[in-house]
Amino acid sequence: MKLFLKNARVIDPAQNTDDIMDIVLAEGKIIARGPDLKAPPEAELIELAGLVAAPGLVDMHVHLREPGLEYKETIASGAAAAVAGGFTSIACMPNTEPVNDNRSVTEFIRRKAAEADLAHVYPIAAITAGSEGKRLAEYWDLKEAGALALSDDGKPVMDAALMRRAMEYACSLDLPVIQHCEDKNLSACGLINEGYWSTVLGLPGIPAIAEEVIVGRDILIAEYTRTRIHIAHVSTAGSVRLIRDAKKRGVQVTAEATPHHFTLTDEALAGYDTNYKVSPPLRSRADVEAVKQGLADGTIDAIACDHAPHARTDKEVEFEYAACGISGLETSLGLSLGLVHDKTLTLAQLIARMSLQPANILKIPAGTLAEGADADITVIDPALDWTVDVQSFRSLGKNSPFHGRKMKGRAVLTIVKGTVKYDGRAPRP
Amino acid sequence: MMKLAKKDILGIRDMSREEINLILDTAESFLEISTREIKKVPTLRGKSVINLFYEASTRTRTSFELAGKRLSADTINISASTSSAVKGETLIDTARNLEAMTPDIIVIRHSAAGAPHLLAGLVRQSIINAGDGSHEHPSQALLDMLTIKEKKGKIAGLKVAIIGDIAHSRVARSNIYGLSKMGAEVVVAGPPTMLPRDIDKLGVRVCTKLEDAVADADVVMMLRIQLEREKQNIFPSLREYARHYCLNRRNLGLAKPDAIVMHPGPINRGVEISPDIADDPTCSVILNQVNNGVAVRMALLYLLTGGSE
Repeated sequence: MKLFLKNARVIDPAQNTDDIMDIVLAEGKIIARGPDLKAPPEAELIELAGLVAAPGLVDMHVHLREPGLEYKETIASGAAAAVAGGFTSIACMPNTEPVNDNRSVTEFIRRKAAEADLAHVYPIAAITAGSEGKRLAEYWDLKEAGALALSDDGKPVMDAALMRRAMEYACSLDLPVIQHCEDKNLSACGLINEGYWSTVLGLPGIPAIAEEVIVGRDILIAEYTRTRIHIAHVSTAGSVRLIRDAKKRGVQVTAEATPHHFTLTDEALAGYDTNYKVSPPLRSRADVEAVKQGLADGTIDAIACDHAPHARTDKEVEFEYAACGISGLETSLGLSLGLVHDKTLTLAQLIARMSLQPANILKIPAGTLAEGADADITVIDPALDWTVDVQSFRSLGKNSPFHGRKMKGRAVLTIVKGTVKYDGRAPRP
Repeated sequence: MMKLAKKDILGIRDMSREEINLILDTAESFLEISTREIKKVPTLRGKSVINLFYEASTRTRTSFELAGKRLSADTINISASTSSAVKGETLIDTARNLEAMTPDIIVIRHSAAGAPHLLAGLVRQSIINAGDGSHEHPSQALLDMLTIKEKKGKIAGLKVAIIGDIAHSRVARSNIYGLSKMGAEVVVAGPPTMLPRDIDKLGVRVCTKLEDAVADADVVMMLRIQLEREKQNIFPSLREYARHYCLNRRNLGLAKPDAIVMHPGPINRGVEISPDIADDPTCSVILNQVNNGVAVRMALLYLLTGGSE
C-alpha cells in the first residue's frame, strides 16, 4: 500500500522544514519527500493543497482506564479518540485497576493496543508498587515488557528518599520518571485553586505551593543525583520559574502543560460545573500567562492533554465528590492552535511541542517526517472552523467543559504507519 | 408592589440591594404573625415545601418548618445522610424524585458547597439554600440584617465586626456580601489560619486581633468554632483560642457603648463568647436573631411562590 501526499505544507521541526512538498509513503515508512515528486505507480493520491502535513502528534500523558475501568474508556476507544484528535502516539498512565506496576498489565495494554490497531500506545508503568509510594516497582521487568516511562500520576511520591532511589534506579535503565507534583499535605482536601474563587465558592483550596514544593524538590534531587525528571501538567507561575532556572543551571528537567491549563482560569469554577474540576486545578490568570510564556520560551517542552475520560456518574454529583479530569484528546489540538492564533507560538513551534519534543522525552521513534522515518503523519487544516460536540467524541468520556466551544483548526487526516486511521476531510463534490 | 424575580435563593452574592430590601420589608410585615395567639395565616394554603437536610440542624430546619406552617403550607422534612448519598441514591436522583411529587419549594442544606446550585439547574421547583458547606447561608444573613435593622434602625454606615473561623463560615460569607451591599463597613478578624486567601478582595477590612476589629464597632458578630478544627492545626487549643478570641466584658468595652452582639448559634459558651455576654439582654440579640429567622423564612417562601410585598 502506497500513499502519495501531494502539495502539502510540510512542517517538520526536526529538519527545520516549512515548505510545499509531496510525500511518498510505502511499507509504513516515508520513502521520499520533496517538491514536485512524480507520482509513484499504484500509489493512492491524496491532494493536500492548503493543508499542513505535520509529524504524527504525540500525547505523552493520557488515561485509557483499561484494565479495570472500562466503563470510562477502553484502550480501543481511547486510541480511536487519539487518531480523531490527530495523535498517532499516546503514552498511557498506570492508574488502572490493577495498577500497571508489573509485566502482565504492561503486556495486556500492548496486546489490546495492537488489537485496536489505531494509534501507537506506549504504557507508562508505576514508580512504586500499586502506586502506593512505599516500595519500588520492578523496572527491569517493566521495561522488558514494553513500558517506556515511569509515573505514579495522581499519587505523587511523597517520600523524597524513595523518589531519589526511583530516579537513580530508573536513570540506569534510561526510563524517564514523570512526576505529578503535588504535596499531599499542602493540598490536603483541597478541590480548586486557592485564591479569590476558592474563598468566594467556599471550596477548600489547593495552593500553588502544593505543586511548587515538589517541583523544587524533584529538581534538586535530579541535580544532586545527575538524573532526569519530567514534570507533568505544570500549572503555576512558580513551577515555570523553578523549571526555567533549573534548565539554565543545566539540570535535566523537562516539562509538559495541558491545553486546559493554558486556556482556562479558576474563574470557570464559578457555577460549580464539575467538568472544570481537574488535578492540578485550574489556576489564576497570572499562572495561565506564565504557562504560556513557558511554552513560548521553551521552558515547557511539550503539550499533553492529561486525557481523563469519565462516565456521567463520576461527574454528575456534588462538586466535592466528582472525579477530576477532562476528556481531552479530541480538543487538544484545537485548543493548542489557539496559541498560534494569539501569536504565543508559531505553527512550527506548536507542532514541535506536540510531536518532536514529547517523542524525544519518551525516546520513541516519532516526531519527524524525514525520509526513512515511520509514516506517522497528522494533516491539519489550520483554518477550519468547527464546534466541539461531545456526542461526536470517539472517547467514551464525554466530560469536557469545551462542549459548544468554537474552534479554528483541527486534524483532518491521521496516518499511522502509512495507513489512514482517521479521515475527517469534508466529502468531495 | 414588588415581586422577587428569582426562581431560587442560592446566595446573597448574586442578590441585589433591592431584592434584599424587598425580603427584609416583607419579613418585617410577617413579624407580627408570630406574636398572635393563633400563629397561622392561610397565605400558602395548598403549597408544599420540602426541607431536605443532609446535615444536622435544629435551628434552621425548625425555623423553615415553622415558617411554612405559619403560612399554612404543607411542610415535609427529610433528613438524609451524605454518606448514603455517596454510596446510594445520588442527589440528582433524589431531587428528580422529589420533583415528581410536585412540591413548590425545596429547601436544602448540604455539607458540599454548590449542592443547591446542582439542584437549581435540574428541577422546576424553587430551591432555597439553607447552608451549603463553607459557601453561603443566605437566610441566616437576611435574618441577621433584619435584626440589625430592627435594633439600629439602619444598616448603612454601621461598622460590623465578624470574628472567628471566616474560612469555614458560610454565615460570614453571606453576611459580608449582604452587609456590604447594604452599605455597612465590614471588618473580619481571626487567627491567620482562619482567614481565607484573598478575603480582602471581598471588600472587607482584615485583622488578626479581635480587639482591632471590635474597636468602635456597632455590631459584633461572633462565629461558632467547630471543635474538630483543632485536629487540623488551625489553632493550637481551645484554651489558647478562648484567651484571645473570646468576646468578653473587657474587649467588648472597646466597641461603641450601644453595640449589639450577635451569634448564629449554636454557641460554645466560654470559647468564642463568654456566658455573661451571651446572656446579657442589654447587648446580646442572639434570641432576637432566632425569632427574626422565622419571619425571614416566611418572607422567602411567600415571595418565591409568587407573593409580592
